[in-house]
Amino acid sequence: MLELYGTKLPSRLLLGTAQYPSPAILADAVKASGASAVTVSLRREMAGGGRGGEKFWSLIQSLRLHVLPNTAGCHSVKEAVTTAKMAREIFGTNWIKLEVIGNHDTLQPDVFGLVEAARILCGDGFAVFPYTTDDLVVAERLLGMGCKVLMPWCAPIGSALGPVNVTALRSMRGHFPDVPLIVDAGIGRPSHAALVMELGFDAVLLNTAVARAAEPVGMARAFGKAVDAGREAYRSGLLEPRDVAVPSTPTIGQAVFQ
Amino acid sequence: MRVLVKGAGVAGLTAAFELAARGAAVTVAEARQGLAGNASWMAGGMLAPWCERESAGQPVLDLGRDAADWWDAVLPGHVTRAGTLVLAMPRDVGELDRFASRTLGHRRVDEDEIALLEPDLAGRFRRGLFFPGEAHLDPRRAMATLHEKLAGSGVEFRFGMDAQHMMGFDREIDCTGMASRDERLRGVRGEMLILRAPDISLSRPVRLLHPRLPLYLAPRADHHFMAGATMIESLSTGPVTARSMMELLNGAYSVHPTFGEATIVETGVGVRPAFPDNLPRVQTSGKTIAVNGLYRHGFLLAPAMACRAAELVFEPDKPVELADETDGQRRSA
Repeated sequence: MLELYGTKLPSRLLLGTAQYPSPAILADAVKASGASAVTVSLRREMAGGGRGGEKFWSLIQSLRLHVLPNTAGCHSVKEAVTTAKMAREIFGTNWIKLEVIGNHDTLQPDVFGLVEAARILCGDGFAVFPYTTDDLVVAERLLGMGCKVLMPWCAPIGSALGPVNVTALRSMRGHFPDVPLIVDAGIGRPSHAALVMELGFDAVLLNTAVARAAEPVGMARAFGKAVDAGREAYRSGLLEPRDVAVPSTPTIGQAVFQ
Repeated sequence: MRVLVKGAGVAGLTAAFELAARGAAVTVAEARQGLAGNASWMAGGMLAPWCERESAGQPVLDLGRDAADWWDAVLPGHVTRAGTLVLAMPRDVGELDRFASRTLGHRRVDEDEIALLEPDLAGRFRRGLFFPGEAHLDPRRAMATLHEKLAGSGVEFRFGMDAQHMMGFDREIDCTGMASRDERLRGVRGEMLILRAPDISLSRPVRLLHPRLPLYLAPRADHHFMAGATMIESLSTGPVTARSMMELLNGAYSVHPTFGEATIVETGVGVRPAFPDNLPRVQTSGKTIAVNGLYRHGFLLAPAMACRAAELVFEPDKPVELADETDGQRRSA
């Protein structure tokens, strides 16, 4: 079973909670997906220093799943650290999905700020889930700061492109065989989720692909199945592709070379 | 029949109209000193049920389909039936396909047709969607005129009045939005700007699709435009944030750079009352009927909700749709 910072999670799918047509559809989608954890943002909802978002946050908590608050919308180390501390107070969890955005347009992580924020938050007792790129050196630094989970993107947030650099993802899996790796951001289709799970990733985190589907509940269910299928395929040992045909029926007794 | 309507937002005013039209003696009590400042005051005034269906449940289309007719009949001259134009910047045209696949009642328009519909946008967008059956009005003018009309026909208005202690009514209609104590309601904060841009005219609301920062511009009299509106899960009524303002202005500037020279006449913040499925409710409890949860569809849904509330008062045995939440309704949403 997937274990993140000592917590066992029965499902390998984590869902975001933004952009759904309504909280009711969000709740139904989460249930249909079988996800065992949800992320929630609070930076913007806290605007003005208030707790105006409490009603929505209590709806999220009523889902009775693990809540992974995030620092979405933070562009500096200071903002991310402040938001993480607010999240810990509001949700009563030391889990934090750490996002430090470097570019407003591409939503690419600022990996330098990310490492610094991870250092501060790990030192303060947070269980940090860093949203990062597929860069191995950055990943090493994050682990060095005390992160025990890595969350590489597979494409820019909300792009629905799916894994644009499978080689990098493969190499990341190979370099960190014992670190839980969660693909976060860029997943557009259930087949994308299945693919990264087949590569041996431990879990998938996504939001837009479900929230903005025509039928979020059906799409959530499809993603749940895809994640399970990819995981089971990985555990069952996939065939490596080869250049020549291999007949599935043995052809003993016939001349092979003609 | 003496009826007390609490709240003079669009839900309260339309309910007062439907009740008075059926012969009730209506008193409207509003906690504020006037019509200004409530959520309806910040509304866009778009009567756009087909566009809204992109993210809203089917009941919003069903209940909102006849809204333009209602407003036109009650307030002649207020409704502009010029449709809605939906556009996207070249790199976001995928959003147009997505929007088109989720909605009905539109046709695709190319650069030439966009120029015919909105000459000031000529050459700026290559593709768009046109929803010819939609309409818009100016919410503030509509509320003020409806108030005058109701007052002129004998409806009593009590502004600055805490309705808690008003006695002697046969029925009460609670249209107080977020001020009602319904535990299931949550607030969805919306921030808006009113711009004045003398160098541009639009004949109809223009929606600019964007994966993260959608925007609409609703034209008002004398080159005024309402730019709206953010959707933030918060019931804070604090001032508009810099980020929201930048996003709204950026959107307006993307529609046409001349909005860069617009003056910012007003910034506004309202909180939309919403139930968990974002659909409205008419609920009866004792002698009180509550109309709430109109979310971002106040002017679109208030007429239908007012008719249902009035039917509940005068024809209590008639079954009323949306009287309360049902799972079936939610699933179809």
